[in-house]
Amino acid sequence: MLNPESRILYFLISPFTDYAFMKRALVAALALAISGAPLGVLMLLRRMTLVGDALSHAILPGIAVAFFVAGLSLWAMTLGGVIAALIVAGLAAFLTRLTDMKEDAAFALLYLLSLAVGVALISLKGSSAHLMHVLFGNILAIDQETLILVVGVCCLSLFMIAALYRRFVIDGFDGAFMRTAGAQRRGVGLMGLAFFALLMINLVASFQAMGTLMALALMVLPAMAARFWTKTMDGMLPLAMGLGAVASYAGLVLSYHTAIPSGPAIVLVAGGMAVFSAMLGRFGSARACAGQRH
Amino acid sequence: MKEMTVAHVILDDVSYHYGHHKALQDVSGVFPAGSLTAVAGPNGAGKSTLLKIIAGVMKPQKGRVIVAPALKGKIGYLPQISAMERDYPLNVRDAVSTGLWPGAGSFPSFQDGALKTRVDKALEDVGLQDFALRQMAELSGGQFQRLLFARLIVQDPQLILLDEPFAAIDAQTIASLIQQIMAWHTQGRTIICILHDLLLIKKYFPESFLLAGKCMGRGHTHTLFEQKLLSFDLDMAELVTPEKKVDSAFSIQDSAFRIQEEGKQ
Repeated sequence: MLNPESRILYFLISPFTDYAFMKRALVAALALAISGAPLGVLMLLRRMTLVGDALSHAILPGIAVAFFVAGLSLWAMTLGGVIAALIVAGLAAFLTRLTDMKEDAAFALLYLLSLAVGVALISLKGSSAHLMHVLFGNILAIDQETLILVVGVCCLSLFMIAALYRRFVIDGFDGAFMRTAGAQRRGVGLMGLAFFALLMINLVASFQAMGTLMALALMVLPAMAARFWTKTMDGMLPLAMGLGAVASYAGLVLSYHTAIPSGPAIVLVAGGMAVFSAMLGRFGSARACAGQRH
Repeated sequence: MKEMTVAHVILDDVSYHYGHHKALQDVSGVFPAGSLTAVAGPNGAGKSTLLKIIAGVMKPQKGRVIVAPALKGKIGYLPQISAMERDYPLNVRDAVSTGLWPGAGSFPSFQDGALKTRVDKALEDVGLQDFALRQMAELSGGQFQRLLFARLIVQDPQLILLDEPFAAIDAQTIASLIQQIMAWHTQGRTIICILHDLLLIKKYFPESFLLAGKCMGRGHTHTLFEQKLLSFDLDMAELVTPEKKVDSAFSIQDSAFRIQEEGKQ
């Protein structure tokens, strides 16, 4: 018989020691959390979370076409996702520049369309299991090859964020000032594009684990939660990474011991953190705002 | 005027429409090097649009803006404070340091050496030296405007474009920012500043540019006052959008200005 302490440890650790697929799932989720969090913080600051959400759905038709052509092939789906995101972003830019349509409306339209096109395409060829796989992902089904792709993308993305960090922060604060100050020669003008590219590769990697419907979760939810606890970038980035990592781990444990699928379990924990922080956080939460009124 | 002056900014029939609203209609003008110009006019007169077009943030739909090639990358543009993200998570020193960007780039440390001295000096110039490590979100409107001026000092631009820098800030801050503008003027920088306060315009701005969709008058401020193009009876805040009202209020003076302009040539 195990004593109570050992049983808790067993409860928390054994899923990952007993099963290789849980190990791979944990590594993938941690990688996504750590590379996604800084991107999420920057997205919040640029007020791009809705655009990001639309983009995450926009990769669906590309994945569907790839599935149509090559089945559940990892590389075909990745390529398809990237191409679809490029097309949708291009269409959104086209709609907002050449018509009176506002950016958020254009993205909503494209998001709904791409979702419908994607689901239609997959349903034509595949089963509902395929559809579920693409929409909600399956982090427990990640194999060695997919894990290498996910971790590789996350490393590349972290490296790029580190290299371009100062540019991203300055551009997000006051892009107009930087452009007029002659910064385009130093590439600040391209920062919107670079940021978009980073977002896209992260979404495509994240899709493997969380599906197209929740690919954004590990980026923006920990970042949202972190913003209620600290006011500085130096505080926000590590906190968001840490919260994302905790949510990934706790979500997987929750999923292992219950019937909740892994993706939704991770989102539930991360979302719970964000809601808790919005209620009780130190800065700008319901509690902090109520305190100021009295 | 015998003295040859170089034009820093030339507007050539610049137009810009927002849908059916004509923000700018065939606006022309010259801003010579080293000039200090106030841009005045009623709300919705296209003042901010004009400034954005000069800054290069927006492109004119018709006409041309020529900014002297020597000024490329040496333009300091300050948007209206209400358009800024005041709660962006940067501290005051970091925000002011962003003015170093064009010269410094991605990696050099701002923590020691000449760059740090430049930032510290700018913080002192605007009286924010004790706030260097505060978060931007904690600043009052006036302090935030001081921060933006410090960033301009650090940036060291030759053409300075200010969009209502004195809106909703305290008198003491206005006085100290005016001193900074005067200092820039003495150093020979070209300054174009949108503002509403006729007292300030009369006292500090040698040149004025009156805008109400169209250019309603431009030239020496004291001449414009003499011709009653600018006058204290004219409550510019009241001349809001209905275009006809604005037109009639300015039309006589507009032709008077043209005659004066032709006489000069």
